[in-house]
Amino acid sequence: MPPTESTSSTPPANTPGSASPAIEFKDVEKRFGKTTVLKDLNFTVAPGERVTLIGPSGSGKTTILRLVMTLEELTGGYIHVDGKPLTHTEKNGKRVELPSKTTRAMTTRIGMVFQQFNLFPNMTVLENIIEAPVHVLGRSKADAVAEAKSLLDKVGLADKADEHPTRLSGGQQQRVAIARALAMSPEILLLDEVTSALDPELVGDVLEVLRDIAETTDITMLLVTHEMQFAREVSHRVMMFDGGQVLEEGPPDQLFNNPQHERTRSFLSSVQ
Amino acid sequence: MIWNWEFAAEALPLLLRGFVNTLIATGVGTLIAAVLGLIIAIAIRSLPRWINWLIRLLVAFVRNTPLVMQLMFVYFIFAGIPGLVDVPALVIGFIVIGIHYSTYMSESYRAGIDSVPPGQHEAATALSLPPVRKFTAVVLPQALRATIPSLGNYAVAMFKDTPFLFAISVVELVTSAQQFGAAKFAYTEAFTLAGIIFLAASYPTSLLIQRLEKRLATY
Repeated sequence: MPPTESTSSTPPANTPGSASPAIEFKDVEKRFGKTTVLKDLNFTVAPGERVTLIGPSGSGKTTILRLVMTLEELTGGYIHVDGKPLTHTEKNGKRVELPSKTTRAMTTRIGMVFQQFNLFPNMTVLENIIEAPVHVLGRSKADAVAEAKSLLDKVGLADKADEHPTRLSGGQQQRVAIARALAMSPEILLLDEVTSALDPELVGDVLEVLRDIAETTDITMLLVTHEMQFAREVSHRVMMFDGGQVLEEGPPDQLFNNPQHERTRSFLSSVQ
Repeated sequence: MIWNWEFAAEALPLLLRGFVNTLIATGVGTLIAAVLGLIIAIAIRSLPRWINWLIRLLVAFVRNTPLVMQLMFVYFIFAGIPGLVDVPALVIGFIVIGIHYSTYMSESYRAGIDSVPPGQHEAATALSLPPVRKFTAVVLPQALRATIPSLGNYAVAMFKDTPFLFAISVVELVTSAQQFGAAKFAYTEAFTLAGIIFLAASYPTSLLIQRLEKRLATY
């Protein structure tokens, strides 16, 4: 597919008065001990928007995904999902942490796919996929199984339902991980360098599955990737991070073809 | 050679009767240790700090004092309490042995739980699994695979510690050998047979544990 033929031609409406942003970062700060990784970070992602975060390692992009998934503690500021607070809220001018149950109810709307797949090795492929729908959403097992099988079919692994994950290739494991995340019908999907741990010949199948999701669903996606070609094809917007700050952002064609900052230019030339 | 086949034949049924007590003490003791060990491991992980500290102190106390002393302490002091007088020595024996080994097994469980990679916890969080489900469905099954072989090794060690029960007058294998030996002055036959019985039970068990360990290493 040539780079100009992107699926990103119609970014979703982000006009005032429309629905709340899918994700909103308000004055977000993240410290690890004494090291500040993110400071005063503000941005929004519209519902259905696909945003790619790029930048040198240590620029904080993976931390952003992990904060949205509540895998890291938010040390300052607020993150809102669909207009509602995720982990902290303001009460009488004070920043207070939400009960873990409330946060967990929020995270059911968010799915994440990891670099290292992180499938549960003690479960079969099918059990991996139905675990959360049954035990978190309370779906019946029969429904969850039917849904899981159709998802496996979608990622091209219909025949692997009863295998254990360790018997699958990296690419297959990652496709199962994608199916597992989709089984929760998330409104937001976070993709953290999902092809970085794969052998080059296995990357294509995984990207194909993701491309299909981008084309056939309106799931909001936030992705960190080194596959610039892929980022260009599927994203509506690319954000370049450096030192925990948004250095510049824009539609992929603009950012990749005509970067405004020298830092962006040198980063892009180093990865392409 | 000083070996009398008649004595040996006479000793065997007595020894096997003693061996039944050895097996009961080991079996029930292992069960108590395995369950209590897991409870201790979970408690230390999840309870508030001060209780946690108290549990650790008790664990350290049990580990750093001899089993035989613990047996005698409970047998002579607790069993003197009215109402507890009638508790059979064997029951006191497997409870004390079970508690003693639970402090070791809890450490194996802890190591097993710690060996579950962070990515597994993260995937469980990403799927919004509640903490209890995360532990029972994801963490514990993986931790047990790493833990079971070492629990087996502790069970074998416990089996070999059962002769300490002589201190509280439980007639197990070694005590019955000693008694027979003394009565007939046939120590050679009695202790040789006792040793063979021990070996015949524990060697195949440890081979089994080794095989189990290999099988559990991969899914």
